[in-house]
Amino acid sequence: MSAAAPGGAAALGLDAGSTTLKAVAIDAAGRILARRVEPSHPRIGEQAERLLAALRAEVGGEPPVGATGYGRKRVAAGRALTEITCHARGAFALAGRPGVLLDMGGQDTKVIRVGPGGEVQDFAMNDKCAAGTGRFLEVILARLHVPLAEVAEQAARAARPVTVSSTCTVFAESEVISLLASGEPLEGIVKGLHAALASRTAAMVRGAGEGELLMSGGVALNAAMVAALAEALGRPVRVLPEPQLAGALGAALAVLGRSG
Amino acid sequence: MILRRTQYELARRVVGPTLLRLEAWQKARARSGRGPRGGPFGPPLESTRKLKELLSLHYLAGRYADGAVPVAWVTSGFPVELLRPLGFHAVYPENHAAMCGVQRIVPELSDAVEQQGYSRDLCSYARTDLGSVVTGKTPAGRLPRPDLLCCCTNICQTVLYWYKALAAHFQVPLVLVDTPYVYGEVRAHDLPYVRAQLEELVAVAERVAGRRVDPEELRAVTVRAREGSRLWGECLATSRARPAPWTGFDGFFHMAPIVALRGGEECNAYYRLLRDELQDRVKRGIGGIREERHRLLWDNLPMWFAVRELSTLLAERGFNFACTSYTNAWAEAGVQVDPADPYGSAARAYTHVILNQDLSNRLGILRRLAREYSCDGAVLHSDRSCKPYSIGQVDLRERLARELSVKVLLLDADHSDPRAWAAEPGENRLTAFMESFG
Ligand code: SF4
Repeated sequence: MSAAAPGGAAALGLDAGSTTLKAVAIDAAGRILARRVEPSHPRIGEQAERLLAALRAEVGGEPPVGATGYGRKRVAAGRALTEITCHARGAFALAGRPGVLLDMGGQDTKVIRVGPGGEVQDFAMNDKCAAGTGRFLEVILARLHVPLAEVAEQAARAARPVTVSSTCTVFAESEVISLLASGEPLEGIVKGLHAALASRTAAMVRGAGEGELLMSGGVALNAAMVAALAEALGRPVRVLPEPQLAGALGAALAVLGRSG
Repeated sequence: MILRRTQYELARRVVGPTLLRLEAWQKARARSGRGPRGGPFGPPLESTRKLKELLSLHYLAGRYADGAVPVAWVTSGFPVELLRPLGFHAVYPENHAAMCGVQRIVPELSDAVEQQGYSRDLCSYARTDLGSVVTGKTPAGRLPRPDLLCCCTNICQTVLYWYKALAAHFQVPLVLVDTPYVYGEVRAHDLPYVRAQLEELVAVAERVAGRRVDPEELRAVTVRAREGSRLWGECLATSRARPAPWTGFDGFFHMAPIVALRGGEECNAYYRLLRDELQDRVKRGIGGIREERHRLLWDNLPMWFAVRELSTLLAERGFNFACTSYTNAWAEAGVQVDPADPYGSAARAYTHVILNQDLSNRLGILRRLAREYSCDGAVLHSDRSCKPYSIGQVDLRERLARELSVKVLLLDADHSDPRAWAAEPGENRLTAFMESFG
């Protein structure tokens, strides 16, 4: 999708998450015309304004802004809603139907039952610590010097997963170091990490009941995680197109007063 | 002794009220120009002034109680009616700990006992109380030293070990009332077992107080305690109206007399005043919040340190807690005490408090409350400290949502230790929950 003709943008959506800032411009039909994704800076308000200005320059006009994510209150927006509501709307728009949405982001893992109108029927989130979130993988993989781009390949190469028992980011870090020291293969550990996280996440997903399982959030870009989840759950996982943008899209739709 | 007694009575009846009126007058002057509680809330309750006066007097008198009258420290679910005829001044460490929670001094008090080896996994009320004992810090000025410790396990087992630690510290007798857990129905032999312990406890309390229980006085206290619980129930029941004339969070504060002053006439007089005010607000259509759009049920203790923030967050979006299982507990147990059979009825009443009942009974209570108060959602506070209240909430959540077709949120926090509450994600969840009502 490329930039629309000036005046084609109906709304901007911003998802100011703890790890990444995402922004989209959409047209009146809810199609994404332009997007921006950047790692979050501590001065989230300024960064968001800059991102929105860049989008405005690209699509033209002064479309209204919908904001979501932890930084939503630091942005001048026509409408600010939580990421749970916005992810549900965005995912509904992207999938075109209801289902169970698993969103794995930097600091949160959310499971949302999305209703037939794109509304939140029920939701659950990880505990208040970072165990079981994208941050967990990020920290441990960095410790193992495995770049994200190579994760899926490494995990696929593993003959068997090495059991990693902890999903606490701090404890798992020392656990994998001692596994490496005792001669366990790196690929196996990478696969084991994903399996540990998947089994924790699967418990949350099962609690949300039946329905097509949709996945959004930055972690959905990690194919090893998607595979581990499908295996743990014994059901297919449908990764949404541009999964990182679901929240920003939902925020933009919300400011238009649309559910999907 | 006589001097001490005079000080105690003066604090209660003469000087205390004057001091408090003076303080109230000074505060009112300082406040003049600032409007009353506004924003998303309805006009403030007039009775609150009286409530503050009542509780301040209680704590003020408490400063002079030891040496003047016998002092008992009691758990919230203890049959205090049996002690009142002996003239005990009852101190409720849980109530006091809640006060510390509101004032956000729990981390400091907790640190003091954590340094002594107590685990942070212990109930924050226990840590607060023990912390207050070892440091002497209290927002009440001073707590009187106990002559007797009274512990009833109908709320949890934590209180048993907590009170044992107090007994070791103060070197005073500890009486224990062990109430068998109620699975389904109470068993035939449970109540005589509890009753026998109540009789034993009175014997110990009589020795400590140096006098015998006057059966007439016991009957009178029981009548007043029953009446107090009934009146408290009437206050709560006003929230069946739409809009509810106060907020569920208001209820958390106004419950203090039924917990700490139950059996006394001042407690009942207060609830008559409050009930009349609430009923009048109902008649005039005055709500606890300005625009009541949704009514929720709250399960478990409040988060004392964040009551103001949370009630504002909710009220701004038109949400009110029409009822809470916690405040309701004090309307249900006390009405069962019977002056014709003070011991037997107390055994029954105190064995049936909500925390001593199994999950299906608890579900039954929540279901009934949600229906009676026309709630369209529920928040189950998963309280890090209070394990007996929080265990089973995952099932309760699922059953409530399914059987009543209401939205239910599980919220992780703690009733008085703010370190167990992640404000940003927590408020975010609550907000998302409210958004899901559309
Ligand atoms: S564990 Fe629960 S019931 Fe026991 S003292 Fe603490 S708050 Fe009260």
